[in-house]
Amino acid sequence: MTDIPLDTMAGTVARPRRDIGLKARYAAERRFRIYGVIAISVGLAFLAIMLITIVAKGYTAFWQTTVTLPITFDEKVIDPSGKRATDSSVLIKANYPKLAENALVTKLGIDPANKPMMLKLKGFLSEGARVQLRDIVTADPSVIGTTRDVNILAAANLDSAFKGQIDLSVDEGRRKVSNQQIDWMNKLRADGVMDEHFNTGLFSYGASSRPETSGMGVAIIGSFYMMIIVLLLALPIGVAASIYLEEFAKKNRFTDLIEVNINNLAAVPSIVFGLLGLAVFINFLGMPRSAAFVGGLVLTLMTLPTIIIATRAALAAVPPSIRSAALGLGASKMQMVFQHILPLAAPGILTGTIIGLARALGETAPLLLIGMVAFVADYPATPFDPATALPVQIYLWSNEAERAFVERMSGAIIVLLIFLMAMNITAIVLRRRFERRW
Amino acid sequence: MSSLLVLAIVIAIGVVAFVIGRQRAAAQDTGKVKPHSRAHYHGWWAFLLAVLPAVLLLAVWDIGSSFYLDRHIHAALPERTVDSKVASEALDASLVKSLAKGLRRLDAGTPLPATFAELQPLLIAKGVALASDTQDYMIPIAVDANSVQDRLGLFGAVVTFALSVAGAFYALRQIAPRARARNNVERLMLWGLLAASTIAILTTVGIVLSMLFQTITFFESVSPMSFFFGTVWDPRFAAAGSGGSQGQFGLIPLLAGTLYIAAVALVVAVPVGLMSAVYMSEYASRSVRSVVKPALELLAGIPTIVYGIFAVVTLGPFLRDLSAALTGGSPFIQGQSIFTAGLVMGVMLIPVVSSLSDDIITAVPRAMRDGSLGLGATRSETIKRVILPAALPGIVGAILLTASRAIGETMIVVLAAGVAANLTANPFEAMTTITVKIVNQLTGDLEFNSPQTLVAFALGLTLFALTLVMNIVALYIVRKYREQYE
Repeated sequence: MTDIPLDTMAGTVARPRRDIGLKARYAAERRFRIYGVIAISVGLAFLAIMLITIVAKGYTAFWQTTVTLPITFDEKVIDPSGKRATDSSVLIKANYPKLAENALVTKLGIDPANKPMMLKLKGFLSEGARVQLRDIVTADPSVIGTTRDVNILAAANLDSAFKGQIDLSVDEGRRKVSNQQIDWMNKLRADGVMDEHFNTGLFSYGASSRPETSGMGVAIIGSFYMMIIVLLLALPIGVAASIYLEEFAKKNRFTDLIEVNINNLAAVPSIVFGLLGLAVFINFLGMPRSAAFVGGLVLTLMTLPTIIIATRAALAAVPPSIRSAALGLGASKMQMVFQHILPLAAPGILTGTIIGLARALGETAPLLLIGMVAFVADYPATPFDPATALPVQIYLWSNEAERAFVERMSGAIIVLLIFLMAMNITAIVLRRRFERRW
Repeated sequence: MSSLLVLAIVIAIGVVAFVIGRQRAAAQDTGKVKPHSRAHYHGWWAFLLAVLPAVLLLAVWDIGSSFYLDRHIHAALPERTVDSKVASEALDASLVKSLAKGLRRLDAGTPLPATFAELQPLLIAKGVALASDTQDYMIPIAVDANSVQDRLGLFGAVVTFALSVAGAFYALRQIAPRARARNNVERLMLWGLLAASTIAILTTVGIVLSMLFQTITFFESVSPMSFFFGTVWDPRFAAAGSGGSQGQFGLIPLLAGTLYIAAVALVVAVPVGLMSAVYMSEYASRSVRSVVKPALELLAGIPTIVYGIFAVVTLGPFLRDLSAALTGGSPFIQGQSIFTAGLVMGVMLIPVVSSLSDDIITAVPRAMRDGSLGLGATRSETIKRVILPAALPGIVGAILLTASRAIGETMIVVLAAGVAANLTANPFEAMTTITVKIVNQLTGDLEFNSPQTLVAFALGLTLFALTLVMNIVALYIVRKYREQYE
């Protein structure tokens, strides 16, 4: 095979060129390039599919169906025996769901004597109505005897039906919402009473066995505490350790050992840090289980190597001329490091810290071992109270079977990813902006 | 007096010492003698001398007094007899301690009832809930323990304050124009920096020791042979009267599952990651690079729980239905399977492989590349015949690092791999891993000293040892290779 056809070379002595297989080689070149494109597309396609499915499943979690009902705070229901002046527990134990049910019955015009109809009404409103109405009454007992409009959460199944997520063509017995309930729902929708609102509960509620009243409030606070603890501990310790290793340590066995150690710790599986936390912090030192403080300590140990490695790279990138200049002007070594090197290395340190924090925020496995999977309904007042974390809350919801929990879980993933992306983008922007080439 | 309050007061003393020290040093600087250190170093030295010894003493005193209090309570408890109502002496002591803590919440001057039955409502009114097996005889012990604790705390606080003030005075008296305050402060700072860098070592020591102790306890009830070479994993919880049967703790099925899933993950991640690194460093234009690189970094920034959820909620059911459609009946891929877990883990590892090999490929000197291209090789030939062979040791190191990540990965396998400890060669069935079992054995309310929970530490130690060896070898290879061209 030749590259130049012989007949165009009329008149010259046809010297056949050596066959070096150019065509095959160029084909191989093209193939190789295509493999590369395929490899990158596989990664990006997976990223896209994953994000799209999560967003598609989860964006509806940010809306919640409520029913606006004129609730009559009937004294006969709340306090039938008239003892609330003397016994404060009456207002707490009262049958509040009954109030909501009565309002709904009036609204829909159902005969309260019709037992089967009343039974179908049971699962229409959320059990959360109890807490909601109780809070109104205990905050202001003078509402008793009056009527006011209250937005009451619809039950999770009705919420799904309202959002059109339940296939109504399925046989009635095999779905969780009856035809009667759908009729009521459509009636209330036509009246403009039943509507979707932004789901603030998703961000404020704690753990609950009912999807519509469960949220990630506790998890957000727990994660916040842990991030603060990691920042307060890992950043100073990490920077101090890096300064020692990079600027002061003499090259000897001991510093070598520390170096190898740090590199190794960076690659130790995160679950091992959880075992460490369980054995040392909880069993040996007797710290409380499920507490954000212990979680923070474990994540600190896990994040330290990341911060140390980033900080050392940032310190090493500051050119020796700066050091010599500072020392030459009479600064002590300590002054040179803290007044000249450290400020110049700060952007690099910050970037490493943010990336470390982002990793800590998304970490789940070690937190499972120190008991942060507990069912926590109340806000943790201090880092020593039981709490959960955002990724752990996602894990907990993933164990629930109900559809509405899956929706909430995907919503929580979206929130977590937004946090993480904000952190990572900040890190990338910082790096681009302050990166200095010497 | 609570330790936190004492600490705050000590720091306040330190701040006062700092201000006085700085002022004194500044006042002495009259321009006749050149001062050795600037004024604020004198202030810091006074602060450090006022705070550090006092805080150290406070910490030692606190730990010591809590030990003393323990001994005191144990000594005061009645002799244990057969008909003791509380199960163990340790429980006895802990009940006394929580009772003592609860008594502190009562208003001062409340007459103390003699029996717990009368005391309990008082405590509940203050929001203190105590175990109902608290006994009457514990009340005087708790009262006594509280008074001992008060006395110890007061004494400790007084000594701490004295030490703090003494330190401040000592430092303030030293202030003179030629006093070397800066050197003193800097020496202490250096010690601080050294202490910070030893934390890494302490962490490793902590990991090894904590797991080692639990593992040794575990091997007292289960023989190492049956753990390391057992082929059955069945950690039955010994039911009452089952004759002490503890189930079997065979590592082999878990290890096999771990390695199998990691292998599937590597089969996905290594070619894809390597090829994208090659493409990015050798072919991609600037603009493509600036878009694709951050996107791949984004893939690395997604937490593993999200991958796990994706595997179990979307990919697993999809593959199951797909396989059912292919065979036209029963699915041959289970919802949770080695394949699903390995595939998703592989995608998670793509950015790891690609960023590690990117560094290694760009470290190959320009001259080698140019030499090959200059001799007429195409780019892909240069990559295949020159760059990759030159980068091979580094790439092997990178793959080892990636493999250790795959072995230690937890959340993906917890969600997507299943919990049944099978030994199977079929990648479409469920298998479980070491990390899954660690999580399984340690979540939930379990008694801590049973082999069922202790086995988690034995598994953890195995995992740690496995990844440690891989990391050391990998880091050694990577480092050695890097030095070749530098």
